[in-house]
Amino acid sequence: MRVGLFIPCYVDQFYPGAAIATLQLLEKLGVEAVYPKNQTCCGQPMANSGFEHLTGGCNRLFIDNFANFDYIVAPSGSCVLHIREHLHDDKQTQLANNISQKTYELTSFLTDVLKVEHLPSRFPYRVGMHQSCHGQRGLHLSSMTELVAPAFSKPGSLLKMVKDIDLIELDRKDECCGFGGTFCVTEEAVSAKMGKDRVADHLHHGAEYITGVDMSCLMHMEGILKRQGSKVKVLHIAEILNAE
Amino acid sequence: MSSREKILAAVARNQPEAVALPDLNALKDAAQLAEPADLLEKYITVLTGIGGTAYQVGSYEDITGILNVQFPEGRIVNTVTELHPHHQSHVFEDDIHSLENVELAIIKAHFAVAENGAVWVTEELMGKRVLPFICQHLVVIVPANQVVATMHKAYEQISNRSYGYGAFIAGPSKTADIEQSLVLGAHGPRSMNVFLLG
Amino acid sequence: MESKDHAALAEVFNKDEDRVSWHDETLWWIRQKRDKNVHQLPEWELLRETASQIKFNVLSNLSTYLEQFEKNATCNGIKIHWAADAKEHNDIVLGLLKEHQINRMVKSKSMLTEECGLNDYLASHGIDVIDSDLGERIVQLAGEHPSHIVLPCIHKKKGEIGDLFHKYLGTPSNVDDPQFLTETARQHLREIFLTRRAALTGVNFAIAETGEFVVCTNEGNADMGTNLAEVHIASMGIEKLIPKREHLGVFLRLLTRSATGQPITTYSSHYSKPRDGKQIHIVLVDNGRSVQLGREDFRNSLKCIRCGACMNTCPVYRRSGGHSYHTAVAGPIGSILAPNLDMRKYADLPFASTLCGSCSNVCPVKIDIHQQLYKWRQVLVKAGYAPTVKKIAMQLMAATLASPTLYHAAGKMGRATIKFAPFAVNNKLNPWYKQRDMPAPPKESFGEWYARNRAGSQEPGV
Ligand code: SF4
Repeated sequence: MRVGLFIPCYVDQFYPGAAIATLQLLEKLGVEAVYPKNQTCCGQPMANSGFEHLTGGCNRLFIDNFANFDYIVAPSGSCVLHIREHLHDDKQTQLANNISQKTYELTSFLTDVLKVEHLPSRFPYRVGMHQSCHGQRGLHLSSMTELVAPAFSKPGSLLKMVKDIDLIELDRKDECCGFGGTFCVTEEAVSAKMGKDRVADHLHHGAEYITGVDMSCLMHMEGILKRQGSKVKVLHIAEILNAE
Repeated sequence: MSSREKILAAVARNQPEAVALPDLNALKDAAQLAEPADLLEKYITVLTGIGGTAYQVGSYEDITGILNVQFPEGRIVNTVTELHPHHQSHVFEDDIHSLENVELAIIKAHFAVAENGAVWVTEELMGKRVLPFICQHLVVIVPANQVVATMHKAYEQISNRSYGYGAFIAGPSKTADIEQSLVLGAHGPRSMNVFLLG
Repeated sequence: MESKDHAALAEVFNKDEDRVSWHDETLWWIRQKRDKNVHQLPEWELLRETASQIKFNVLSNLSTYLEQFEKNATCNGIKIHWAADAKEHNDIVLGLLKEHQINRMVKSKSMLTEECGLNDYLASHGIDVIDSDLGERIVQLAGEHPSHIVLPCIHKKKGEIGDLFHKYLGTPSNVDDPQFLTETARQHLREIFLTRRAALTGVNFAIAETGEFVVCTNEGNADMGTNLAEVHIASMGIEKLIPKREHLGVFLRLLTRSATGQPITTYSSHYSKPRDGKQIHIVLVDNGRSVQLGREDFRNSLKCIRCGACMNTCPVYRRSGGHSYHTAVAGPIGSILAPNLDMRKYADLPFASTLCGSCSNVCPVKIDIHQQLYKWRQVLVKAGYAPTVKKIAMQLMAATLASPTLYHAAGKMGRATIKFAPFAVNNKLNPWYKQRDMPAPPKESFGEWYARNRAGSQEPGV
């Protein structure tokens, strides 16, 4: 199985650790993972701002980079959701469609494709899991509190395989953190307040680390933690699943 | 073109291709599966939960006994002929505003709904439409064997009967508009007392 | 105030952070009540799906149902009026009042009359209108508009309400007990109900098959008004129709559970015929609805039953307040309805969301609200309603991201000055920095690390 590693632009630039952990984790699980070096971005920042019509270049680039893999895996629910819902190319509709259907967010790739049941990892800390909305409500990585349906969580089930981890329960299990792409600057007041409230829920339950499947949400919360002078850190879930 | 024609034409032009109505049976079956065994008990629990009071009684005499204690004073308007010796008061349409001083109104309901504590009352049981709203306290008498589980069953019961006016009434009038603090007795009755007879 | 956009109004609302927290928690509490209640119904999702399908059927046969309803209601002795827009609606109501020489009217909750600006219009014609829903009466006394379609004064603290009552209803000063204030309003409004010859209500559901309509309240204010008045005027949007009476079983199970977590409203009143010698008039209002029906991507916003659940769950609404949406219907649903009426005026609203999707999940009729917000963004940008600065920034970003060379160059530069991310221009004027820091820039990007550590990999080039 050959997997194309899709590393979202801001992870590539700001959080290489999350990307390295993703790669190492996949390798540990026996997957041949390759990072096509000419990838840039899925195009979501433009699309969510109303400029989907400007994403043609990103789409073509994505298709060129990832056409030749069995699967494409990314450590981001949000970017994968964008690819799943919006990747298209009028000249090669079928190909674009195939690619988008084999693009997986990391944790669902582990649970649904690799069917991982054990992990050799250990992380002896109190950890709060942030449910990033696009992964959760968009990709259905876990059940949602609004719906009357059986409870499950793909990232949660993986975290439970980590030795000595102490997972906390939040008061609001799946409230948005307020990042929202350009929302975080165009609606600064609300965005920051949402972030503060989310962080407070984790702090209130004694989290030492906040984790999640989307680095963008975590970057937003990290920004607030840092400004507050908190010692609590954010880590992408790959970094915890890869920890020894 | 009149507005009527303009609107109808615009709607007809813009509405999508016809989509069929869903079959309600799957939903009704699912709802039935979830029905509690004891509908009466469920009804009483729900009614109490929404601020109403339930009495299980065997006869009209029992009701009279309770009412004499609970509502010893004030104007009573009673539309239930079986109930003696309570006041029977006919009110003329032109005089409905005089109902403003009614302390207690007593009416019958067709049936009760277990899932939400409501009773179904139509105009002829109300005497006057405004009566169950303008009174300070409301008493509703409903046969204990006329409790249906859900609103689906309720509308099966109502079927295509015609009425000028009908209402589901579930508990006392209430509001939580001031900081979400629940207050009973917004504009209508301050209490709703349901007598489950039989 | 009307010229400020959502972000600016939200910023004002957020000046008092404790108040924002209070507003948020109050609405979250209602969302929790909703959860608790709906989780008691194992068939809940099927109920939503069924309601959604019924509404799709309604939208696809709306012209037929409208005519059927008109015919049946007319047979029942109800008079039907048709209003193409807000102005015509207001004129019809005014005409009816004049015809009966009525200059004072009592009104129960109707968001449609808010949409049409009825109160102001009637006031300018010398008609006194009193809102009888407690929350609406409170905002009316305050000279404001409802900030929520189900909970009109959810933004007001009891102390402020106490002050209003002291000023207008003569309660002692500094009394804020909800029980006492409600009792005061009860006495005040009783007098109104007893003296008004006309009562106006909204309509929650109208049944094509029978010609009846249903009005839901907890307070009983609609019934107090209509059942004492000579003339009952019911204002209804044309999308409020449902085909059959038995469908009420579906919608009445959904409405209040979604709205407030109650199993049903205290009163669900079915009006079929007027009282002897009295009148019921229904004003069927289009006001842009038939246009929305023609917008394929947005038509299913017309399935809305105005339960308010999408507002209660919306993390943005809870922290920006209903008035920040500067439209009669606030929140997520308002943000997909308003641009249909005026794209320029409401171009900001579809952007007042993180697209978290919680609204679509609570919606009892399964409107894909957050997807429509996304689609409105595309429509608005293409129609030219994006600010120029944003347009240029987006074009620049698109060009950079479409070229690996430009991207890698920008990235290198960007990490040094943390300039890369569109939201992270290293400048204290950038809103990101007001309350947040940026991550410490790493020495190298993942791409650079990969080139050093996994040399010889055979990725396809571009
Ligand atoms: S859009 Fe849905 S959730 Fe929002 S008010 Fe309408 S019916 Fe309720």
